[in-house]
Amino acid sequence: MTAFLQRLARNRLAAAGGAMLALIVLVALAVPLLPLQDPNATATAERFARPLSEGHLLGTDHLGRDLLSRLAHGTRLSLAMGFAAALIAAVLGSVLGIVAGFLGGRVDNVIMRGVDMLMGFPYVLLALAIVAALGPGLVNALIAVAAVNVPFFARNIRGVTVALAGREFVDAARLSGMGNLRIMAVEILPNVLPVIVIALTTTTGWMILETAGLSFLGLGSQPPQADLGSMLGEARAALISHPHVAVVPGVMIFLVVMSINLFGDGVRDALDPRLGAGALTRPLPATVVDRPAPPPLREPDPPALLAIDDLRTEFRLGRRVLPAVDGVSLSLGRGEAVGLVGESGSGKSVTALSVMRLVASPPGVIAGGAVRLDGEEVIGAPFEVLRALRGRRVAYVFQDPQATLHPLYRIGDQLAEAIRAHQPMGARAARVRALELLRDVRMPRPEDRIDDYPHQLSGGQRQRVGIAMALANNPDVIIADEPTTALDVTVQAQILALLERLRRERGLSILFITHDFGVVAQLCERLAVMYAGRIVEEGPTAEVLAAPAHPYTRRLIACVPEPGAGRRRLEAIPGLPPRLDALPPGCAFAPRCHRARPDCGAGDIPLRRAGARAVRCLHPETTP
Amino acid sequence: MTSIPALKVEDLRKTFGDRAPLLGRARAGVQAVRGVSFAVAPGETLAIVGESGSGKSTLARMLVGLLPPTAGRIEIEGRALDTADPARFGRLIQYVFQDPAGSLNPRRSVRRILETPLKLLHRMPRAAREKRLAELLAAVSLPADALDRYPHEFSGGQAQRIGIARALAADPRILVLDEPVSALDVSVQAQVLNLLADLQRRMGLTYLFITHDLAVAEAVSDRVMVLYFGAVAELGPAREVFASPAHPYTKLLADSAPVVGRALRAPEAAEAELPDPRHPPAGCAFAGRCPRADALCRAQEPPLEEIGDDRLAACHHPLRE
Repeated sequence: MTAFLQRLARNRLAAAGGAMLALIVLVALAVPLLPLQDPNATATAERFARPLSEGHLLGTDHLGRDLLSRLAHGTRLSLAMGFAAALIAAVLGSVLGIVAGFLGGRVDNVIMRGVDMLMGFPYVLLALAIVAALGPGLVNALIAVAAVNVPFFARNIRGVTVALAGREFVDAARLSGMGNLRIMAVEILPNVLPVIVIALTTTTGWMILETAGLSFLGLGSQPPQADLGSMLGEARAALISHPHVAVVPGVMIFLVVMSINLFGDGVRDALDPRLGAGALTRPLPATVVDRPAPPPLREPDPPALLAIDDLRTEFRLGRRVLPAVDGVSLSLGRGEAVGLVGESGSGKSVTALSVMRLVASPPGVIAGGAVRLDGEEVIGAPFEVLRALRGRRVAYVFQDPQATLHPLYRIGDQLAEAIRAHQPMGARAARVRALELLRDVRMPRPEDRIDDYPHQLSGGQRQRVGIAMALANNPDVIIADEPTTALDVTVQAQILALLERLRRERGLSILFITHDFGVVAQLCERLAVMYAGRIVEEGPTAEVLAAPAHPYTRRLIACVPEPGAGRRRLEAIPGLPPRLDALPPGCAFAPRCHRARPDCGAGDIPLRRAGARAVRCLHPETTP
Repeated sequence: MTSIPALKVEDLRKTFGDRAPLLGRARAGVQAVRGVSFAVAPGETLAIVGESGSGKSTLARMLVGLLPPTAGRIEIEGRALDTADPARFGRLIQYVFQDPAGSLNPRRSVRRILETPLKLLHRMPRAAREKRLAELLAAVSLPADALDRYPHEFSGGQAQRIGIARALAADPRILVLDEPVSALDVSVQAQVLNLLADLQRRMGLTYLFITHDLAVAEAVSDRVMVLYFGAVAELGPAREVFASPAHPYTKLLADSAPVVGRALRAPEAAEAELPDPRHPPAGCAFAGRCPRADALCRAQEPPLEEIGDDRLAACHHPLRE
């Protein structure tokens, strides 16, 4: 709530609108207390007095009635009408929307077709028809405006409810013994309330205008009662000779509607959850780099194709800085497959994305270190150079091909686009090449599949397309971020076999990011284990798995049940991974570690190398 | 089994979308569950293993009354449940969801989430509720101050403990656990699995544990039921089923799981696809992918038959060691 108010106050226009609205509403509420003249007292002798004349600050109308007093009473009535109409429309529309969206099926059909019919008429015509049927008068105008606006709420709320009705917490509520009515009131309503408030604040101004419109036509408030619309209507006859009589209510309508709209937009922006996640701030094409000079080139022992050197990537969220990757060094040789293993939040994916500066910025910032491809520094390179490398020499395969393939383009076209981004090639040639790629990834019946849309393929087939796209420009390095996690085991085995074959046949280097030791063991010669943004152990896969040196590695391997051992108790790691903004000093794993001693929390612990293996631990399980 | 089974399911079926719409004619429905029968003894854990499209989630939702079955019979402790009414099922059988975050309403506090089944299913008075809430939190090892916090303040593993506590609040005899740890980190998975084992021992619960992970299935269960395309492929003691699978599909699953120390190979060709669920094939659903399939397999659906001591398989040519 405080965050909402802060966001609202930061929006100057909305704050100004809110202040103006508050002033108008306060005055309208205080009308009975103010020393105003009788708004309906006629004095024909003083008709059409100009503003600022004696006794009449804003002048008088065609019957000599005091305009200031009529304006105050009229504004009060118009606001009350508008707010009442908005509230009635919101309540009725939301109830219809929630019932239709939640119950679905026939109920939904009947309600929504009724709403559609209501929307089928131009709204002024509909309002006129309702007033014509019920007769002119304030209450009937109110009913008409509310009825006309019900569909807007019903449709909005139904859409949100449909998404919520399928959520598991609704099933859980049923299992807790709740009936439909109770679920709608207790589980659904609190979750659609922000949407109702947004719809309400953005439409109230509009409804004040509509009620004023009906009064202007003589169908709302009846003489001598004043509201803003009827004041404007009565002033129409004298518009040329005495314009001030029309200008006074006109300006007030403008101020009321404008302030409500500015305030309403502000409320909408402040309530919209997407803004909190930064969806409207479009990420930059490359991660921001803010680092001291890159570390000097150290010639690695076996010359590496891809060398990550002391990489530091942070997320800067306001005053908080989260060190997602904290000094990671890792090299990848030609034709080598290296596994980067860790749990969520360990920084393994951020490390992978930092290589081609793909971490979303803001909030991501590369705050130190270097990435070298064939000895050339990549992080500091101009964007044009980086773009030429992306996909051309370093390609990515992501976890969820459903999210990375465009749903509205055929897969053949998407492949062709990936090819032509880096190679000048005609559409026909690109299609031939796309077909070739689909064959390379063993897509069944590629000729039939090339014109399919992503949703027509199974999960495994989509991931084959994802890999084909990564292969499109014969890259040297493929960075695969959990490419099989979303797939069934039988499909996972196929995809892993495909990656292994591509590596053998083409000399591809693969950086494989995963949480699964079984997958790493089958595909990678070397592995690195990450915890809380740092590499804690590195070495040849077989050696690390056989004799893990870091207690975290050992316990993580022990957590994973292995087939063939029968029913048993699993070895759990107590506690939770640390939060990145509250890392303990020294070893981040120490609070969960059974081997921890006082010196583990004393200071920084270096990654100590011994031959092919390295471990960041003062009291390792084995001396590598 | 001599005693009355905790749960007995006979020829349970579910077909989606075969009802005629308001205008137009009924189409062939999607056959998600095609005749499943099994029984679970009190205190037993039965693992249900299957890949996407195997019908395991549909089966689970029918068992707790969230979906009305198209045909078949569910019996809990000898009494038939014939209406799909979650409130009636709720006191006997409860459900733990895969995604702990999605199964907790973000706008309700933990207290209100856990209180609901106590109020609605057991009509418990306030004082008794307070006592029970404290017991529940202690049972899933959450601190007492968790009650007045909201779901987003918890990590995945803690949120899943809340999900388990909610299921336990109804005081059921049976828990259906639908992939309860697959959304969790590896190091947290083991904690939750051990917690479930402790609760089972202490409260004498019966578990149906749905998973796609064979190693997890073997580690937590007494028996395992392998589902393929909405029907039981194989059923038997967990260790034996994976050590010497009888159904070729079980063997394919066992061979596909990545295991430390086993060379990488694709156990089958890329063309393998599931059959069309609107028009299932005449014979064995797995025949299209099966290396042992012959004319009999393609013509006639194999029945689920006893092939050994407490082992069942639906295969015309089961594997023998």
